[in-house]
Amino acid sequence: MTRFNWFNATTLTLGFAFLYLPIILLMIYSFNESRLVTVWAGFSTKWYQSVFSNESFMNAAWVTLRVGFISASLATVLGTMAALVLNRAGSFKGKTLFTGMIYATMVMPEVITGLSLLLLFVSLDFTRGFWTVTLAHITFSMCYATVVISARLVTFERSMEEAALDLGCTRFSAFMQITLPIIFPAILAAWLLAFTLSLDDLVIASFASGPGATTLPMKIYSQVRIGVSPEINALSSILIAVVAFGVVTASLITKQAHAKRMKEEQQAHSST
Amino acid sequence: MALADITTPSQETEQASVQGSGWRRSLLIAVPYIWLLVFFLAPFVIVLKISLSDVVLARPPYFPTFDISEGWQGFVAMFQAFDLENYVWLTEDTLYLKSYLSSLKIAFISTMIALVLGYPIAYALAKAPKEWRSTLLMLVILPFWTSFLIRVYAWIGILKKEGVLNYVLLWSGIIDEPLTILNTDAAIYIGIVYSYLPFMILPLYAVLEKLDYSLLEAATDLGCSPFKAFWVITLPLSVSGIWAGCFLVFIPAVGEFVIPDILGGSSTIMIGKTLWVEFFSNRDWPVASAVAILLLIMLIMPIILFQKQQEKQAEASQ
Repeated sequence: MTRFNWFNATTLTLGFAFLYLPIILLMIYSFNESRLVTVWAGFSTKWYQSVFSNESFMNAAWVTLRVGFISASLATVLGTMAALVLNRAGSFKGKTLFTGMIYATMVMPEVITGLSLLLLFVSLDFTRGFWTVTLAHITFSMCYATVVISARLVTFERSMEEAALDLGCTRFSAFMQITLPIIFPAILAAWLLAFTLSLDDLVIASFASGPGATTLPMKIYSQVRIGVSPEINALSSILIAVVAFGVVTASLITKQAHAKRMKEEQQAHSST
Repeated sequence: MALADITTPSQETEQASVQGSGWRRSLLIAVPYIWLLVFFLAPFVIVLKISLSDVVLARPPYFPTFDISEGWQGFVAMFQAFDLENYVWLTEDTLYLKSYLSSLKIAFISTMIALVLGYPIAYALAKAPKEWRSTLLMLVILPFWTSFLIRVYAWIGILKKEGVLNYVLLWSGIIDEPLTILNTDAAIYIGIVYSYLPFMILPLYAVLEKLDYSLLEAATDLGCSPFKAFWVITLPLSVSGIWAGCFLVFIPAVGEFVIPDILGGSSTIMIGKTLWVEFFSNRDWPVASAVAILLLIMLIMPIILFQKQQEKQAEASQ
């Protein structure tokens, strides 16, 4: 099975066409001169200019980036802790509840998560806005971060940590010197995932936000309800390009780190 | 798949010796635990409480509110004011029952379509040359990283009356008159299948990739036709992947809001949309909470089944 057979090749071509054509069409039409989205009237970058000169888009983008940065960073810290709890802390009272909450957060319909968080903020008398959206995003993205980091913790050999402890390392320094470097690519991937999730979220942000903190998806949504516009096409294309670039770079970094580690491990084995 | 990994039961005693005990361990457990209790579990208790309250024109727009300064008396008074009025209301107005049923129907049909489309793609991925696989797999995952909202929005330009699809179909002479697809149920199916297809493909791929293909060769050697071999061997061995994929598509599809709102018409009601309207347009927070609680009850069974199935898979892979 080293070659594609025609059936599998056709299936994959059709499958990927289905997955990618809508996005590609959207990007093509973002360069359309005409405001009528389906009539091609020549190449133009004017919609990109109008996106960058639109102050409300830029404000929303700035809010979104700040929410994404803060929530992804805190979610990664909490997710790393939670992953260690699941894989390294042994058993304790209420572990089932803990695992259950992590799973449930991920599969919960967004409308329910959004509604419940909003009602919490109202009960606590929090002013809704930037920080409530950030808190909401930390909560759901930390669970995805936990799963990503956990997957890495499960597969790596604990013998190295044990060796460090045997050689007199404290637990904390064993974690800093052995565990952390090994799981670092997973932590990076978790941060990126958390950041993208925050960047994408419409439903939870709509519930958790208040006046003055409109995120980019909320802004896009209010425009989309009116109909298709070339500005939204241009804005979407920018977002897609940024995310695609980030993801591809991250996966290349991870691949390189993996190859380097394999090489080092091999060297370590051969020198003994 | 990654979801299966975190339930992997491991050697607890050995772990305890690695991590030891002490305040650092307690702190490690306490911080994420308390976070989830406060921002995940507590909100549900509040939703439950408000679903039993009455709507009032005030801030916040529900009654009773719990006043901590009244102590136990206030607590008792709050409980006495609770009633199931909102739930009774949900059964009286057929809108809600219709919303639930139509959500289940749409989610089910979309899941089936996603399975039929996703299976051959996952199969082709699993059989692709090894050096191609990781790239192809990344191509499946990549759309998942781009904004959900944008991917749904992209379909408006394709499906609307003067959109790309009608243009191509008219131009090629397949149809004489433009089809109305946008703002119908068909558009919702397309939207859900498109958005969640990677969730179907990935668990199927995970199972199909590990499949022992020598079994298939043995079957063909013994005179089995390729079709029958698939039916008797491949399909039964990939059942766990089918279940995982179906749950991953079905559960979020039931509560979906963005797709029916953007692609669906006003005649299609789904429960996520009903909840949204109840909350944002009608500003009836207690009824919205009751809708949420019932949606949750509806989804608890599939969620538990999914978790059980993941645990079984994790055990099997050890």
